[in-house]
Amino acid sequence: MPKKEYLKKVMVIGSGPIIIGQAAEFDYAGSQACRALKEEGLEVVLVNSNPATIMTDTHIADRVYIEPLTVEFLEEIISKERPDGLLATLGGQAGLNLAVQLSEHGVLEKYKVELLGTSLKAIKKAEDRELFKETMQKLGEPIPESKIVETVEDAVKFAGEIGYPIIVRPAYTMGGTGGGIADNDQELVEIVIRGLKYSMIGQVLIERSVAGWKEIEYEVMRDSGDNCITVCNMENFDPVGVHTGDSIVVAPSQTLTDHEYQMLRSASLRIIRELGIEGGCNAQYALDSKTNNYYVIEVNPRVSRSSALASKATGYPIAKVSAKIAIGYTLDEITNAVTQKTKACFEPALDYCVVKFPRWPFDKFVLADHTLGTQMKATGEVMSIDRNFEGAILKAVRSLEIGVHYLSMEHVAEWNDETVLKKLALINDERIFVVAEALRRGIADIDKINEITKIDKWFIRKIKNIIDIEKRIKNEPLTQELLLAAKNKGIADRSIAEIAGKEMLEIRRMRKEMQIMPCYKMVDTCAAEFEAATPYYYSTFHAQEDEVQPSDKRKVVVLGSGPIRIGQGVEFDYCSVHSVWALREMGIEAIIINNNPETVSTDFDISDRLYFEPLTPEDVLNIIDKEKPEGVIVQFGGQTAINLADSLEKAGVKILGTSVDDIDRAEDRERFDELLEETHILRPCGESVTNVADAIKAAENIKYPCVIRPSYVLGGRAMEIVYNEDELRDYMGRAVKVSPEHPVLIDHYMQGREVEVDAICDGTDVVIPGIMEHIERAGIHSGDSIAVYPPQTLSARVIYTIVDYTKRLALGLNVKGLMNVQYVIVDEHVYVIEVNPRSSRTVPFLSKVTDIKMVNVATRAALGHSLKEMGYHSGLVTPKPYVALKAPVFSFAKMQDVDISLGPEMKSTGEVMGIDYHYSRALYKAITGAGMNIPTNGTILFTVADKDKEEMQQLAKAFSELGFNLVATKGTAESIDKMGIAVDIVGKVHESKGDILEMIKAGKINMVINTLTPGKTSAKDGFKIRRSTVEHGIACLTALDTAWQVLRVLSFMRERRLVYTLALQDYVGGGDDLA
Amino acid sequence: MKGKLTLEDGSIFTGDLLGDKPACGEVVFNTGMTGYQEILTDPSYCSQIITLTYPMIGNYGTAEKFNQSRNCFANGFITGELCDVGSNWQKESELSEFLKDKGISCLYNVDTRALTRCLRSAGTMKGIITAADAAENECEKLMSIPLDHKTVDRVTTPEKYVLENDGLHIVAMDFGVKRHMLESMHERGCKVTVVPARTSAREILELKPDGIFLSNGPGDPKDVLDIVETIKQLIGKKPVFGICLGHQLIALASGADTYKLKFGHRGSNQPVKDLRTGRVYISSQNHGYAVDEKSLERLPFDITHISMNDGTVEGMHHKTLPLFSVQYHPEASPGPDDNTYLFDEFCAMMKKGAI
Repeated sequence: MPKKEYLKKVMVIGSGPIIIGQAAEFDYAGSQACRALKEEGLEVVLVNSNPATIMTDTHIADRVYIEPLTVEFLEEIISKERPDGLLATLGGQAGLNLAVQLSEHGVLEKYKVELLGTSLKAIKKAEDRELFKETMQKLGEPIPESKIVETVEDAVKFAGEIGYPIIVRPAYTMGGTGGGIADNDQELVEIVIRGLKYSMIGQVLIERSVAGWKEIEYEVMRDSGDNCITVCNMENFDPVGVHTGDSIVVAPSQTLTDHEYQMLRSASLRIIRELGIEGGCNAQYALDSKTNNYYVIEVNPRVSRSSALASKATGYPIAKVSAKIAIGYTLDEITNAVTQKTKACFEPALDYCVVKFPRWPFDKFVLADHTLGTQMKATGEVMSIDRNFEGAILKAVRSLEIGVHYLSMEHVAEWNDETVLKKLALINDERIFVVAEALRRGIADIDKINEITKIDKWFIRKIKNIIDIEKRIKNEPLTQELLLAAKNKGIADRSIAEIAGKEMLEIRRMRKEMQIMPCYKMVDTCAAEFEAATPYYYSTFHAQEDEVQPSDKRKVVVLGSGPIRIGQGVEFDYCSVHSVWALREMGIEAIIINNNPETVSTDFDISDRLYFEPLTPEDVLNIIDKEKPEGVIVQFGGQTAINLADSLEKAGVKILGTSVDDIDRAEDRERFDELLEETHILRPCGESVTNVADAIKAAENIKYPCVIRPSYVLGGRAMEIVYNEDELRDYMGRAVKVSPEHPVLIDHYMQGREVEVDAICDGTDVVIPGIMEHIERAGIHSGDSIAVYPPQTLSARVIYTIVDYTKRLALGLNVKGLMNVQYVIVDEHVYVIEVNPRSSRTVPFLSKVTDIKMVNVATRAALGHSLKEMGYHSGLVTPKPYVALKAPVFSFAKMQDVDISLGPEMKSTGEVMGIDYHYSRALYKAITGAGMNIPTNGTILFTVADKDKEEMQQLAKAFSELGFNLVATKGTAESIDKMGIAVDIVGKVHESKGDILEMIKAGKINMVINTLTPGKTSAKDGFKIRRSTVEHGIACLTALDTAWQVLRVLSFMRERRLVYTLALQDYVGGGDDLA
Repeated sequence: MKGKLTLEDGSIFTGDLLGDKPACGEVVFNTGMTGYQEILTDPSYCSQIITLTYPMIGNYGTAEKFNQSRNCFANGFITGELCDVGSNWQKESELSEFLKDKGISCLYNVDTRALTRCLRSAGTMKGIITAADAAENECEKLMSIPLDHKTVDRVTTPEKYVLENDGLHIVAMDFGVKRHMLESMHERGCKVTVVPARTSAREILELKPDGIFLSNGPGDPKDVLDIVETIKQLIGKKPVFGICLGHQLIALASGADTYKLKFGHRGSNQPVKDLRTGRVYISSQNHGYAVDEKSLERLPFDITHISMNDGTVEGMHHKTLPLFSVQYHPEASPGPDDNTYLFDEFCAMMKKGAI
């Protein structure tokens, strides 16, 4: 069937901010879809609230709207743009839910917008539990006995009928929010209450648990001509019970016979046909490991995280093909982009093994519950490819950047045998390491581990293969045969060195002498059956032919940023992609190395060459040995890439842009102080210490409060503010391992206004595209603050000083490329807090609002081009006539036991942008886009620390004047009462009946303003209050600055038109008369 | 023991040898990711050396129920990793034991991707599996063994046998039939009488079948021109359905021509378009020869199926007679079962009536 010719303009909905369960994969899918639509000559209108995305680039879509993803805003955009069609199956669950809402509100009908691809009916059939159940029963596809319930009583009653364990899944949520497995009535009640809260339609499904069965997934495609194919199947290393987003996954399946493989494939085809899906779809199964019995667990009628993984695992571009199907094409009409010869209507054949490993935020949320279940907790993932499982799993492990490079964790190794055995039974982020440890010690054999964990013996045996080689390395001389065997099983030089008690470079040298070098192979969708054009490669030691021929062109390697984690998100992938594009524009061959399957940078047609490899010195050097590039760009890949700079340079690799030595000058405390002295720039006084005693002495000199952190951090890891010696001691004992090699930095904490600047320098000139002012005072991590461009409260003098300092710092550090500086302003004085000679989290945001391709310019600068020749002059670029705010988005609902109060440690997972000509509306958009549930009336609870009470009084007054009822805890209430404002006193936690928690539970409180109170009980109570706001979905503001802004929005909401939209192209292109 | 594969063009691929038996045969590759046992027991691979492109083989062991014929007729087997201990509840023995039992020479730990790339560009060719240190003259001697052209006779059933049932009666000419093909007809209620390849047309017609089934099988269809003569006598007498070699033999019997493909179609992911409906189905394929499209032009045949990959003929239907055939494997095993509808079509054709 040919293209629907009547379609001229198509709207694509993005997935909004990055949250757990909905990450960069939708930027990848959305960008690919937009490009596919443009390729067909369609005008593309894109809506997404997330500025840190490639899809919101003005060259990806013709009309880009960075606006809140709500029905009101979308309707406004639709009325303005009048698209012929809407593509909603590529924007994750968020996009899908919006399409459903738009249809239900009659918007699609009103503006005659055709929903492209999978129909609403199909979406509902797959997403609505009852309809899904009916459909499966009609098909004869087995599903676990289940029941939809809307009350706790019904849940308990049904549980009585089918027995425990029982899985609870809320309807219409993503990432399994609010779900869980219950083993008894009490647990069931708890989970059902939460689940009902999170379900958009107040329903949860309770069903028989098939925990322990094999979990198998299929990625299926169908077109309007009813052609169906499966792109890929995947087997979860972790049996059913762990959310697939939190499971280690291999592709293709490893332990299924052809009969089993085809049985589930055929089921997938039957299901996608019956649902009538047009595009991509994901089907998940539980397969018994002792019979051919299976259950259908879930079907996602859209492009998902798994489809991004399947695309990267096979080379088959699911999003692109889905987009083409949506506009009318059938699979046999779409060219296979990889071979360029065959069609998209085929099933990829893999000739390698793919492993996906989740990246959890437990390094940030140390206190969070590490247990894995039906609720996804990972923020990101890595993928690896090799010719065997052992090689692939080890590549994945060393891609994680969690301080391990093989299946061994320091603290696990310290446990006694009993603990190891006990921990085997736990399902958490460490399980595979515990399995390895048990095998290493020989305290449990394959059968026993299988019995405890239900992990298939095949996987356990593979881990044992690795352990067996480890033992040989430990006990035998490193002969060529042994080294080759070790490399065949994927063991890194660094791990071999550690096990054999040698140096990594020594192993590398030995290996090179013995000519044990990796071969590179291509991912080509067809197992070499046809010649392929895609430059998508992976390494293996398990081969005899290296099929990748380096070109003799001028070439540069760009290092990617690895898995998405808190502090290093999709922003850095945005930068890597733009750097690659800049190089290609310059006619230089751009080679990217990265390991994140969710990203645009690992799309096979972004760079000239893509190496899907871990970002470790060994893996990167192997590629460099082969490709011999002119140099490597490290400044766009976040701290991941920066951390590699030193070892690469030591190995003789040229680092393009700012030198390694200058990077060190910015990161090393003493050298940085020297620089500041030379450049006459002030910073909060501080010291670097290497032991506890010195820390206490230093803090006394500097004066409390102090900000403490280990050196070399990203995302404010382990950074805290301490107000006295006790807190300092506590921190030193708990959060860091201080040593001469790992000093700790102590600075005086200055509670001023925080400002952030990104600048580009070529060594002579310094261009400052814009300055961002933070709404929250210093002390809250910059990634968690609301930032506004251009600054709203800074005096001309301060701005002048900032510009001047930024120039001095850039030139002083010999920056060639991007630099990010954070300042704090106190009493009109400017102090520098931090300098990062690399691209930062704010670069995509700033690039978008200033219309300066910052990464492109910086890449050119790094390669020696002058800013002048690119048409830029030193200094601050004239600010635009509009305002843009960047607001953080958190995933607290997914992470139980995490305190939501903001501080120097970063907690947000994503961001949104609000842009407008009016500050207040931009703010409204940012806050709405971030999903903050601001009440327009009702009751606000105040409970603040003593130090904040004075300021809080004014705030309370203002809220009261807006008509809100105020309630407060005793101390806070007294302080409000003094102002003559009516306030009700509420009992502290467990103080009395009808205490704060009960009021929140009963829905009597609509917003909470709570600041962190020192002291153990208060801290605990505050934590409980804050968590309960998360569980009940009400806004909780933990900084008074944020509260003031919310107040501003509330006033604005009463006065002005709330919904106004304008495409980014119009903002940067000169504006809109109607504004 | 270290071993190697030497190709006719002198290329050498190293690996480890299971057993110590040298082997010689035409080296072909299959891209299926599962179904190694079904592939190994598919008689169409008779006297060939099978290379699997998926690098981890043997993961789920082997079981009697997956065998597609009474034996394993391939001459050799080449893989990446050969899994020593498989994991699946149905496993009866390890793949390595199975290979030893069947006396199949297996070279593993081979860079099968490199080998596949070589075969893809140079075409399938003869190769020998030997010990790594095999003497040169020994290799030459092995290499000079001519390829077997009597493969159908090696694989066909020595005796007639019957799969009893109450429904339509099919006589299946066994040129190397896969068990699941017979089962697919039997499952549809048909009584299937399997006869040796050299059974005469008269004998077949005397069995009074409702339809005649021509099976898959190994080698060049032109190696069995005498069977082509038999088929000529059957066409028009009864409804006929042919698969793979059966399809090629129908073409030859009808005056069309066949030719050898450069490296054949072997895998479980081959897209085939049904030209009558425009629908595309994923099929399991295993063929080194194809029917020449041009040679069909002036014959009373419609091409019903083509390969989406290279446009070659994958199925045809006689314009007037109840006669049709496909090049690929609707019975799957291994591979997808998208195409079982063809067996239904055959049954419908037989029901519609005798000629």
